[in-house]
Amino acid sequence: MRVACPFCGDRDRREFTVQGDDTSLRRPGRDAGPLAWHDYVHLRDNPAGRLHEIWHHDPCGAWVVVERDTVTHAVHGVTLAREAAR
Amino acid sequence: MRVPGRGLTQDARLVPFTFDGKGHAGRDGDTLASALMGEGVRLVARSFKYHRPRGVLSAGSEEPNALVTVEGVPNTRATVQEIWDGMSARSQNAWPSLAIDAMGVNDLLDPFLGAGFYYKTFMWPRTLWERLYEPVIRRAAGLGRLSGHADDAPFEKAWAHCDLLVIGAGPAGLMAALVAARAGADVILADEGARMGGRLLAEVDPVEGRAPHLWADGVVAELREMPNVRLLPRTTVTGAYDGGTYGALERVGLHRAPVAHRPVECFWRIVAKRAVLAAGAIERPLAFPDNDRPGVMLAGSVRTYLNRWGVVPGPRIAVYGNNDDAHRTARDLAAAGLKVAALIDTRGEARIEEAGFPVMTGARVVGTRGRLGLAAVTVEGVGGRREFEVDGLAVSGGWSPAVHLTCHLGGKPAWDERLQAFLPREGAVPGLVACGAANGVFSTAGCLRDGLRAAGESLEALGLAVPPVEVPEAEGEAGTVGPFVLASGGRQFVDFQNDVTVKDIRLSAQEGFQSVEHMKRYTTLGMATDQGKTSNVPALAVLAEALGSPVASTGTTTFRPPYTPVSISAMGAGGQGVGFAPQRLTTSHQAALQRGAPMIEAGLWYRPSYFPRPGELSWRQACDREVAMVRHSVGVCDVSTLGKIDVQGPDAAAFLDFVYSNTMSTLPVGKVRYGLMLREDGFVMDDGTCARLGLQHYVVTTTTAAAAQVMRHLDFVAQVLRPDFDVQCVSVTEQWAQVSIAGPWSREMVQAVVEADLSDERLPYMGCAEAAVLGVPGRVFRISFSGERAYEIAVPARYGASLWRLLVAQAESLGGGAYGLEALNVLRIEKGFITHAEIHGRTTAFDIGMERMVAKGKDCVGWASSRRPGLLDENREQLVGLRPLVRTGQITAGAHLYGRDAAAMRENGQGYVTSACWSPTFETALGLGFLKGGRARHGEVVRLVDAMRAVETLVEVTEPVFLDPEGGRMRG
Repeated sequence: MRVACPFCGDRDRREFTVQGDDTSLRRPGRDAGPLAWHDYVHLRDNPAGRLHEIWHHDPCGAWVVVERDTVTHAVHGVTLAREAAR
Repeated sequence: MRVPGRGLTQDARLVPFTFDGKGHAGRDGDTLASALMGEGVRLVARSFKYHRPRGVLSAGSEEPNALVTVEGVPNTRATVQEIWDGMSARSQNAWPSLAIDAMGVNDLLDPFLGAGFYYKTFMWPRTLWERLYEPVIRRAAGLGRLSGHADDAPFEKAWAHCDLLVIGAGPAGLMAALVAARAGADVILADEGARMGGRLLAEVDPVEGRAPHLWADGVVAELREMPNVRLLPRTTVTGAYDGGTYGALERVGLHRAPVAHRPVECFWRIVAKRAVLAAGAIERPLAFPDNDRPGVMLAGSVRTYLNRWGVVPGPRIAVYGNNDDAHRTARDLAAAGLKVAALIDTRGEARIEEAGFPVMTGARVVGTRGRLGLAAVTVEGVGGRREFEVDGLAVSGGWSPAVHLTCHLGGKPAWDERLQAFLPREGAVPGLVACGAANGVFSTAGCLRDGLRAAGESLEALGLAVPPVEVPEAEGEAGTVGPFVLASGGRQFVDFQNDVTVKDIRLSAQEGFQSVEHMKRYTTLGMATDQGKTSNVPALAVLAEALGSPVASTGTTTFRPPYTPVSISAMGAGGQGVGFAPQRLTTSHQAALQRGAPMIEAGLWYRPSYFPRPGELSWRQACDREVAMVRHSVGVCDVSTLGKIDVQGPDAAAFLDFVYSNTMSTLPVGKVRYGLMLREDGFVMDDGTCARLGLQHYVVTTTTAAAAQVMRHLDFVAQVLRPDFDVQCVSVTEQWAQVSIAGPWSREMVQAVVEADLSDERLPYMGCAEAAVLGVPGRVFRISFSGERAYEIAVPARYGASLWRLLVAQAESLGGGAYGLEALNVLRIEKGFITHAEIHGRTTAFDIGMERMVAKGKDCVGWASSRRPGLLDENREQLVGLRPLVRTGQITAGAHLYGRDAAAMRENGQGYVTSACWSPTFETALGLGFLKGGRARHGEVVRLVDAMRAVETLVEVTEPVFLDPEGGRMRG
């Protein structure tokens, strides 16, 4: 699989570490309550199809949001997490 | 037998080689299969299960029968093995010899050895399976044997990138590569064979008015001269993966005369923007009784051996097929002056015609004769049965396009009734276009045209113009094919390599294993090293017949990578021995080795375990001395392996408040604070120190083990969770060498090299300063991991070795010296300092007695989760110290804790030991561990049991800090 790092270009997936879906872009406030925190820390959707995931490009240290199809493995877009989070 | 005047290697020099110890000679360019055939050898192997005599079936990598051991490498297909001077090949799975194989008795037991025989028979008693049945079966049924030695031959791996990868260099592939190359695309052309050309090397019908191999040679020569083309002969593309990545195995030295330093194989990962699959097609056999005798071969392969290598299995050959292509084999044999005993075609009305040889239509082969090689075939046609005495039988059940790669991403091929074949589905592998025989186009002219089309489509996608290319004139008749046929009764083999017969498949259907995937696993069909290349479609036809359904609805099994076997050595090239993992060495590594220190692995790092001195007989003696050294004089230890991360920016303080559970923004410049990082689930991730060098400048340390994880985490927080912070983090672990100097005399020693005031007023405990170290800009931290007064000096890495040598020499003059990881561990256990043995991912700040370090007034990673009631339960396992009641009592890490009088059973478990050592300071064993409600149980006696090491000790529960709980020694 190839993932296009916004800094380094098209790279092999071995250079990346996948963290899971992009839930971490929506971190609840400190006092959001146990249910919100349980949801944030432990619960993840597992869709068959397009999914936004957080990947780390190990050589350059960039965290990126990868839109990927879990069925076809096609990568539909890569953006810097820093930008997606804003 | 050699056929005069035939073959492309007629003028080649003779190459001597041996097979089973007997000397032979072949021609340069021969495969082992063609060379043996030229020498009149038909019997080359014994089959897997029944030990039946077998010969060569095919002329390519699909070969199921002719597996041999060459120079110690087992299961080599004789059909792809090139010969070289002095090569030695041996047959396998036969004893005492190929001709007299004792296990041939299995063949007589055939009525009992059908599909599922082992499962049904060796069920009882169960204990005998591992001890008796399996070893006996394994010995009887088998392939070649491994040498039992480590493979120290060189292998390589490589990456390649290109615009267009062309897989296969037959007519379609050559045409596609030529067009794309002339268009200026960056092209890689990979072909399995040593010589490119594919079937053009095996046919006689002219291309562009010349012999077909001459056209191929011309194209290859043109491609070789072009700077935008890379040719990879002897390279099998073995798998298609996501994103246009392909795996390919190049046989660099394998199958060739050994040359020093030449790697055996190279595993390529090729990233191609587009790919053309021109892998050709694989011919399949027909089923009839005893269709496996040496001399029975695929018809197209007989043509290959005749036209390319000028060899045939014998002077009299019959041809049997269900298609027009088989007729070409008869034609070529006759043209070469060989006796075609008969051409038997399953199709049409039953009759006999004469075309220089008898042509029987509507006829079938119903039996064969010949013990170690084919002697005769029996044909049933018009006028009843008739026997022909022959040396070879060329069989064709039609051709199966090599669609394998198109299925590697989950695509299923589609059955084409007219072609009697599975065809690739368009788009099954994004960016890959199939063409030629792999696409069901079987005529040479069709392949050339299809290659042009595939190249055109690929060039369009690449944004390149298609150059004007003329398709050369070539034979354009693809012919037709009839359905698969089989005879009734007898032993009709379908999968030659795993000895699966028509009867086995029928039995599978009858016993309910009717899905093609179930049938495969029940009969083991297609599960041998050839992965059913020749047997897949015939088996589906037999299964469809047994179920009374069409092949289209039976479907096919799943093709997965690799297309042909790939040795683990090639895939893991470079990963043997020290290549298995990178080695990280401290700057003092050589100096430590010179002092005889054995190294211990800490992650990828190598750290000295201890520094032996003359007269010391064990690591314990050295360790005890080094501990005493630190406690009473001074010790020096390289601590560069700890992770060091430089954090700078206007929001550095706020950022660190967010990643650490405690507060770093209140830390004054010139001070160090111990810090704890949590995971978002509330458990401890790592600990370390945080030094403030300036208002917007911190240096944080991590444990050696978690350095990479913490770096990634800080990047994660900065980029994903809090992009609002203006902060930058960078790992400087490699840039700074850091040495710890610990012990009562440490200040004097450090003062000798650091140009700064080290008085306790100017540099108190947990102070830090930037200072020149022997004239080099460095840093001094007053931190302690031993409980003694201690300093850590950091200098740029290039000065690390000399600083360490200097400090050790100084320490030795003071009665101290270097200490290693063993002593470091004892020192920190005596002081109750934790490592990842304690913060192992399942413990919280509360568990290790640091819940007060989770600041209440701010948010941090893990704050919300750390407040969960379950993580603050008083009955959780909490960090405690453990000390034996009697001084000889042992404590071992991993031991479990029980109530004093409770039985050592899981239900009674109260906790466990995480760290243990012999403490020379207290002259007793000491341990750290976790005990349910442990903080309230100090003074209680519990039972420590290590069932693995047969240790049982009564221990007293104590504070985790054994030495100097007030900290007077390190504060000074």
